[in-house]
Amino acid sequence: MIHFLPLTDSVPLAHIVGLGVAVFAAGAFGFLVRRNLIVLLMCVELMLNGANIVLVAFSRAPASPDPQVWVIFMFAVAAAEAGVGLALAVLIWRRLGTLDIDALKGLRG
Amino acid sequence: MEGNFYPLLKWMILPPLAGFVLNGLLGKKFLSERAGGILGSLAVLLSFVFALLSLSDLLNLPAADRLLRDTLFTWISAGPFTVDFALRLDPLSAVMALVVSGVSFLIHVYSIGYMHGDKGFHKYFSYLNFFVFFMLVLVLADNPVLMFVGWEGVGLASYLLIGFWYEDPEKASAGKKAFITNRIGDAGFLAGLMLLAAVMHAGGVYALDFSTLSANAQLAAGASFAGVNAAFLIGVLLFVGATGKSAQFPLYVWLPDAMAGPTPVSALIHAATMVTAGVYMLARMFFLYEAAPAALDVVLVTGCFTAFLAAVIAVAQRDIKKVLAYSTVSQLGFMFMAVGAGAWAAGVFHLTTHAFFKALLFLAAGSVIHGLSGEQDLFKMGGLRKHMRTTFILTATGWLALSGVPPLAGFYSKDLILEKVFTSGAGFVWLTGLLTAALTAYYISRLLILAFMDNYRGREHAHESPAVMTVPMGLLAALSVVGGMAGAAWLLPFLQPGAPPEHHSALMIAISVAAAAAGIIAAFLITGRRIGGGHHAAWCPRSLAAAWPRLHRLVYNKFYVDEIYEALLLKPLARFADWTFRVPDSKVIDGALVNGTARLFMSLGRTLGAAQTGNAQFYAIVFMAGLCLLLAAVLAGYYL
Repeated sequence: MIHFLPLTDSVPLAHIVGLGVAVFAAGAFGFLVRRNLIVLLMCVELMLNGANIVLVAFSRAPASPDPQVWVIFMFAVAAAEAGVGLALAVLIWRRLGTLDIDALKGLRG
Repeated sequence: MEGNFYPLLKWMILPPLAGFVLNGLLGKKFLSERAGGILGSLAVLLSFVFALLSLSDLLNLPAADRLLRDTLFTWISAGPFTVDFALRLDPLSAVMALVVSGVSFLIHVYSIGYMHGDKGFHKYFSYLNFFVFFMLVLVLADNPVLMFVGWEGVGLASYLLIGFWYEDPEKASAGKKAFITNRIGDAGFLAGLMLLAAVMHAGGVYALDFSTLSANAQLAAGASFAGVNAAFLIGVLLFVGATGKSAQFPLYVWLPDAMAGPTPVSALIHAATMVTAGVYMLARMFFLYEAAPAALDVVLVTGCFTAFLAAVIAVAQRDIKKVLAYSTVSQLGFMFMAVGAGAWAAGVFHLTTHAFFKALLFLAAGSVIHGLSGEQDLFKMGGLRKHMRTTFILTATGWLALSGVPPLAGFYSKDLILEKVFTSGAGFVWLTGLLTAALTAYYISRLLILAFMDNYRGREHAHESPAVMTVPMGLLAALSVVGGMAGAAWLLPFLQPGAPPEHHSALMIAISVAAAAAGIIAAFLITGRRIGGGHHAAWCPRSLAAAWPRLHRLVYNKFYVDEIYEALLLKPLARFADWTFRVPDSKVIDGALVNGTARLFMSLGRTLGAAQTGNAQFYAIVFMAGLCLLLAAVLAGYYL
């Protein structure tokens, strides 16, 4: 039997979810308005972690460890994504000499 | 099953098949010209030997019970309906098999000399063996379905051999003409066959072998199709098939053009054997025509008209092979007259004698053409009796036989046909037949005079043909001399055992001989005298042409039948084909369906491609907006 410590008993669930949504919204807004590729990658990380916070918060309500496991997986995926994304950024810098997202429009139809 | 099982029959058809395969696949690479020719000839000789052996066994049976059968395998099996690959030897097919394999063998030997040095030598013998195989299948088939296989096979062989020198577009198109004209007839044959099978099926008869069909012929006579008596309809449809293969009006136009092939082919396929398949088929299915006398009248009148028309055309032709070709059409008409008058045995008798003397005449014409290095115009020959003595004697034998001079072969069979037609009560047909007989004697005498009498008018050096060509001709000439007498004594009672012996009225014989004599004398008076006039004197047709210029032009141009067909059938058909190419094919299929599909997706792609701006953040906005919409929809589903 797994016991969950009542760590956040004093903090209401809505607050934690609100924090997650705020972090996600900050990431999404940043992703839409910024131009630098590195900043965009950071915004993606923010969105991912906003989602993680919400997941962890909800692991308490039905008292299940599953969302916490998902979060661990998401760390791994996010780490991989960051690795690939940064490698791409390095290559784009080498080739184009800029990380401005507006320079990358080669796939226009 | 009635009839004696006789496994030897299959060995009659297999040697030519083996010859076809060996010469066709290995000939050019591994066999010398001589070896290929001997292989092809031996294959047919083997068939002939087996035919003789089978005949002797057939003759050992009592006259009423002469039937040998050999089933190779079941070909079609659908419920109670079965068709076997079965062969049948009775007096009729025995006579045909002997004529086919015997004449074929002689012509194979002749071809070794005639085709000497041709670059398609092995291909030629391969095709010739192919032809013999299918002709024997046609003749020996025990059911009309297998007969149709042989029927189509010989048609293919004929096409291949007419267009043998296919580099010449005129010869290639003559092959196509023969093939397509035959297809029209074959459609009739096939329709008749299906109707026959349907009628038999309705009567509960599922086997299609000739014995069963013959025993159940009254089923067809009792049934009707679309308001017409079924036996009559089947008879006429089968006869349409026969008009195609046996070159009768209105489908005879391919045969004169078929002379584009090598001359031995004209002798074998387009005079002696294949073109008689229609007569054979009618004789084979005669039980059906007995049930439908009206169909026999159609056969009689068509045969008579064709015989007369072709004989008239033959009178004015300049090409030696064209004269013989129209003569063949005319003689085939005689055979159909015999069948139409109810005397199929007389028709088969004439078929046999005609095979001998017409093959002889064609081979002699081939010898002349060979000797003159390809010259076929009668007006450029003349005087060849001095340069080609053997060929002259042989041609003269064929001339007498075709003219109907007793006691040569043609006299017996033609006289018998005319007599049968007369006793059947068709007086006008008999009169036309008699006139045709006189015309026959006239045009063949004209050919002989133009080619062999007077002085040589050509430039090429004329030389006699080698023994490999003259010896087969000699054998055919011997058959042309004795074939009639032997046939009258032996063939007719063999074909129709129990039939009363023929009573020949002396008057009929006298009239018939008088007609032949009149034709010959007229030819010598008209053509012969004009030729005496000197080196470039006016020849006979010119003198006739001077007397009746319009008539001569009409006859010389074959009554413009080809031109009429061209205008009435071919031109509209070509225009229709052109239209289907331009509108339904180019516009609808290519334009609307094929290119239309491509155009649709191209414009679709161009329109939707505008959404692909290449801006990653634009994509993100769209993505998020979509996500919001989905979320809104889910929430709305929850709360509303």
